[in-house]
Amino acid sequence: MPHLLRRLAFYLVTAWAAITVNFFLPHLMPGDPVQNLVARSEGKLSPQAVDALRVQLGLSGHQSLWGDYFRYWGQLFHGNLGLSTSFYPAQVSTVLSAALPWTLILVGTATVISFVVGTLAGALVAWRRGSWLDGVLPVSTFFQAVPYFFFALVLLIFFGNDLGWFPIAGGFDQGMSPGLSLPFVGSVIQHGFLPAVTIVASSIAGWILSMRNMMVTTMDEDYVLVAEAKGLPGRQVVGYAARNAILPSVSSFSLSLSFVVSGALLTEIVFSYPGIGFQLLQAVQSEDFPLLQGIFLIITFAVLAANLVADLVYTLLDPRTRQEA
Amino acid sequence: MSVDVDPELIALPDEPVVAVRASRLRLPRSPKILIGFALLVLFLLLAVLGPILAPHDPSATTADLLQPPSGAHWLGTTQSGQDVFSQLLVGARSTVLIGFLAGATATALSIVVGVTAGFVGGLVDDILSLVTNVFLVIPALPLLIVMAAYLPQSTSSNPVVIGLIISLTGWAWGARVLRAQTLSMRRRDFVESARVIGEPRWRIIGHEILPNLAAIVMSSFLFTVLYAIGTFVALAFLGVVDVSHWSWGSMLFWAESLNAAQVNAWWWFFPPGLAIALLGTSLALVNFGIDEFINPRLRAAGLSRKVARRAGLPRRAKLGLTPVLGGHR
Repeated sequence: MPHLLRRLAFYLVTAWAAITVNFFLPHLMPGDPVQNLVARSEGKLSPQAVDALRVQLGLSGHQSLWGDYFRYWGQLFHGNLGLSTSFYPAQVSTVLSAALPWTLILVGTATVISFVVGTLAGALVAWRRGSWLDGVLPVSTFFQAVPYFFFALVLLIFFGNDLGWFPIAGGFDQGMSPGLSLPFVGSVIQHGFLPAVTIVASSIAGWILSMRNMMVTTMDEDYVLVAEAKGLPGRQVVGYAARNAILPSVSSFSLSLSFVVSGALLTEIVFSYPGIGFQLLQAVQSEDFPLLQGIFLIITFAVLAANLVADLVYTLLDPRTRQEA
Repeated sequence: MSVDVDPELIALPDEPVVAVRASRLRLPRSPKILIGFALLVLFLLLAVLGPILAPHDPSATTADLLQPPSGAHWLGTTQSGQDVFSQLLVGARSTVLIGFLAGATATALSIVVGVTAGFVGGLVDDILSLVTNVFLVIPALPLLIVMAAYLPQSTSSNPVVIGLIISLTGWAWGARVLRAQTLSMRRRDFVESARVIGEPRWRIIGHEILPNLAAIVMSSFLFTVLYAIGTFVALAFLGVVDVSHWSWGSMLFWAESLNAAQVNAWWWFFPPGLAIALLGTSLALVNFGIDEFINPRLRAAGLSRKVARRAGLPRRAKLGLTPVLGGHR
């Protein structure tokens, strides 16, 4: 399928760009990046650690920049993201692979719920245009403008601290051993509930608005008028209109995903959820640059993979993408 | 299909002054956009006057530790006795400044890239579109964190630098929208005629195309400001940018790192969060107004049932019937 192949090529280019930026960023910044790090760490870095950092950042001066660049690619293909300085001597990839599943499950579930519920709500609001349901729009706008982590703090203080309905930190009860047992899964759901609510509440407005605006336009189409005129039940007519109105929502999935992921990372931090976001905070606080860069790469790859899935769905939904050749 | 409604039926009688002014600005007279504008002006005033109005030094510590709101401290105090209200007023400036600076820079960048790509076409378009899409897909916050973390301390505490860095990740959305719009305008008759007359390229872009993009540019500017403020607050909250400089983000950083939520000091983190949310809402509301201006079909939502009945429209807007408020063509 040429459409999908084109998208795949685009994601490869994007991945290449992300990796290259990741490599060259330390070189582009003003001054000597290693000196900056030493100055910032206020004596926390030992001379050996500074030397190791120089080699890792390709600033050792032993090899040309391009030599370092190709060596960096070689390391990446072996899954080697370098050594974490804060979890020394653990590999960055080891640290990340422990955290990644938490984030994937939390953000994945929340995003799917948000997309499905938001799209349905948007269709309904457009269908009942002019009724009290229009009030949903300003309210959802407000929720969209609330920073994720602020909403997270409010939920944490109210449902976690005051009411005590939900745990306020962690991904599961400390006493439990991770596994596929029923109590463990229940504990995971209990811990993930508030973070998921935060992500859904903050991201759902975008889906409602884009679906509603598209539905309003689609409902003016002649074929919808015909469907109504020949007396089809309302639910079926909405279905006809929604089927076409949903396409831009699916294709704009990639645009909003980057925002959702950023917000989700901050949500994890507030809830001390053991995912990538929490690692990000640790990496920032302990000036762990290899971990920081590893997180950037892994998040980029995850977003690209999710986009590819969205593209697959789009190809299934829209026959036009399959016809053009 | 649309029905022309007599504008007099729609005009709200209790707001004559506002209605006149709004029609002169050719903006929809919807309460949404008016509330949004009012809030936005309020926040801009706050940014200008905030540091002057602040009753206390925001960093000064007093003996009133962790006090709830009172007459002496309108929004209470922090763990070290700092006045939250003063922090909020002083912090407004850098938050709003960075938002608007990043918004303006990113919008300028998106006009250059988007209009060039749409107007020139061919290989230039292919390359610029590719770059735009790459920037759209790469998650911005982690990239910004990596960039900010590598900056020397003296540079990362400079709000202008932070604003510019944020704008680097915020231009792509606007560029994509502007490219699409330019593309649809490139072959229209008025542009073709300017070309036939022999107008130079810069004049066609400057005088024929850009004025027609004004509404979209404005909308993308507001969207980018919204994005920039959210991003800046997030960076400060994480402590990546200098948190000794007061902003709403750094207020939240201190509230979080000193466990304001755990000791139930709601007056500490609620004001900055609410201020950010309201500023964001005002930007989004004005943006709605512009959207409705661009696409009149969306506007009918502003018709309440009462107004619709007075205008002789059916109780529930039926399919294929789009009531359009008067005053625009």
